[in-house]
Amino acid sequence: MADRFALLQGNEACVEGAITAGMRFYSGYPITPSTEIAEGSAVRLPQVGGKFVQMEDEIGGIAAAIGASVVGVKSMTATSGPGFSLKQENIGYAAIAEIPVVVVDVQRSGPSTGLPTSPSQGDVMQARWGTHGDHPVIAISPCSVQDTYYQTIRCFNLAEKYRTPVILLMDEIVGHMREGIELVPEEELPEEFKIVNRDNNMVDGKPYACAKGEYVPHQPPFGTGTRYNITGLYSNEYGFPTNDNDIANAKATRLMEKIEKNLDDILDYEEENLDDATVAIVCYGGTTRAVMEAVAQLRNQGVKAGMFRPVTVWPFPEQRLKEIAKKVKTVLVVEHNYGQLVEEVEKVVKGAAKVEFLGKWDGTTITPAQIINKVKEVSKNAK
Amino acid sequence: MKKAELRLTGSGGQGVILATIILAEAAFFDKKKVVQSQSYGPEARGGMCKAEVVIDDNPITYTKVATPNFLLALTQASFNKFHETVTDDAVVMVDHTVQVPEEYRKSHNVVMIPILETASVVIGNPMSANIVAVGAINEALGLCTVESLEKSVTGRIPKGTEELNIRALHAGMALVKASVGH
Repeated sequence: MADRFALLQGNEACVEGAITAGMRFYSGYPITPSTEIAEGSAVRLPQVGGKFVQMEDEIGGIAAAIGASVVGVKSMTATSGPGFSLKQENIGYAAIAEIPVVVVDVQRSGPSTGLPTSPSQGDVMQARWGTHGDHPVIAISPCSVQDTYYQTIRCFNLAEKYRTPVILLMDEIVGHMREGIELVPEEELPEEFKIVNRDNNMVDGKPYACAKGEYVPHQPPFGTGTRYNITGLYSNEYGFPTNDNDIANAKATRLMEKIEKNLDDILDYEEENLDDATVAIVCYGGTTRAVMEAVAQLRNQGVKAGMFRPVTVWPFPEQRLKEIAKKVKTVLVVEHNYGQLVEEVEKVVKGAAKVEFLGKWDGTTITPAQIINKVKEVSKNAK
Repeated sequence: MKKAELRLTGSGGQGVILATIILAEAAFFDKKKVVQSQSYGPEARGGMCKAEVVIDDNPITYTKVATPNFLLALTQASFNKFHETVTDDAVVMVDHTVQVPEEYRKSHNVVMIPILETASVVIGNPMSANIVAVGAINEALGLCTVESLEKSVTGRIPKGTEELNIRALHAGMALVKASVGH
C-alpha cells in the first residue's frame, strides 16, 4: 500500500487511481513506456482481492479485460502505440456490445515500434478513429502525476456510467516522470471524481433496453441469472443479432447520442489567461506543462497569450473553442506529432481565427522557449 | 530557495536515475515541489543516461530541465556531451577520473571528487557510487535535510544494504566538505 503522500511516476499513479476507482482485474501485455502499469497492477491487485493476468499478446489483454467486465468486475488494460493498434478491433467490440473497460495508451514515438523510450502524441487520432465504423469515443489526457490519479478514476466512472470503453491517453512525458502526489482516498474524493458503479437494474426486464429519454442500457452481469447474448453484430434488446435496418439505425444512433447528448457531463477542459488573450495555445497531456511555462513567461514580457487544454480530447470541446476563437487573433496548436489535433481545431475554428501549428516528432520534447518563439512569430503574422 | 534544476549524467547501470529519484523524494518529504524525469535508450546498461530533477518552493510548470544549474558527470562521455549546457553560475560536479579542460575549470564552479573510487574502495561496493553522489550533491547544494535523505535512501535500496548505503551517503557528504576546505 502506497503512503497517502508519495513520489510516484504517472504510470504508478494510474494504478493507484484505478484501484481507488474499484479496478479488480487487469490483463495486458507489457510494453514500454506503459510497463509500470502492468507491474504495479500485478503487485497491487492481489493486495485488494483482485486479479492480474499477463496475456499472450495485446489482443488477449483487452479481450480478457472485456470478459471480466461482462461479469461485473471493473477492468483495465494498458499499452503503448504498437499495442494500441492491436487493441482497436476489441475497442469497437466493447463499444457496440456496451461493455465498460478502461484502455490506457502511454504514447511513444511511432509508427510501428518507432522510438520505444521517447515521447509522442501520435495516437490522438487513432484514439478517435482507430477502430472501424462510427463509434462513441471518450479519451482523456492527463497532464501531471496528480492529474493522472484523478483522471484514471474519471475514466472508470465514465466507462461505468456510459457502458463504453474509455481511453486514458497518456504520453511518455507524464507516464515516466515522478512528482509528489496525494493519493486521496475514495471517501474524500472531490465531487467530480466520486466513484460511479454501473446500474444493473434492467429496463422492462430486457438486458439491452434503455429507459425513455436515456441512452444507456442496464445489462446485469453474466452469471447473475439473466440469460442474454453479447455480440459485435447489431442486435435486439436481448442481444441477439438482427439485420433489421430500423433496429440497426436506432442502436447506431443511440451509441453516438449517448456521448453527444451528455456532453455537459463528459466534457472537461482547462483554461488559463484567456480573458484578454490574442493568442490561444491549444495543448493536451504532457505538452501542457511546457505551454504553462511559456504562457507565464510571455505574460511577463507583455504578450497576451493564454492556454486552452482539452482534458477530454474526445469528445472534443468544440463549443468552447468556437467561443474562444471569436475573441483571439490566433489559435496555436502545440502537440508532439506531425499535425493531428490541429486538423480538428481547424475544423472547429472554421476561419474565425488564424490556426497555426507547432509540432515535434523527433523523440525530443517541445520546450517553453520554442513555444515562446513560435507565439512571437505568429503574433507578427497576425498584425 | 532558488529553483534547483539538476541534471545527472553517466553510463546506464551507474544508478543516476535512482540518484535523482532519491533527491526528489527527500525534497518532497521536506515539503518542496519536485519533478523527476529521465531519458535513456532501450539498452539496459552501458548507454548514455541522463536524469533530471527540478526542486522548487513554488508549483513547477515545465517538467524538464532547460538549462541546469547543477550538472553531475560520472563519465568522460557524459561530461563531453553535457558540459556546455549549464548556466554560468552552475555547480559542475565530476568524478576525478574525468578530464576537465583548464579553461572550463577557470570559468565554471567545478567540484572534482573521487565518487567512483570512494564507492569501490572506501565503501567496498562500486554499486554505491550513486548514493555517494547523492550525499555529495546535497552537501554542495543544501537541497534536503539529512533525515529526509536517509529516509529516502533506505526506502529505495535493496533490503539488507541499508548500513552500506547510509555509509555511502555520508562518505559523499564528506568528500564535498573536504574539497571546499571545511
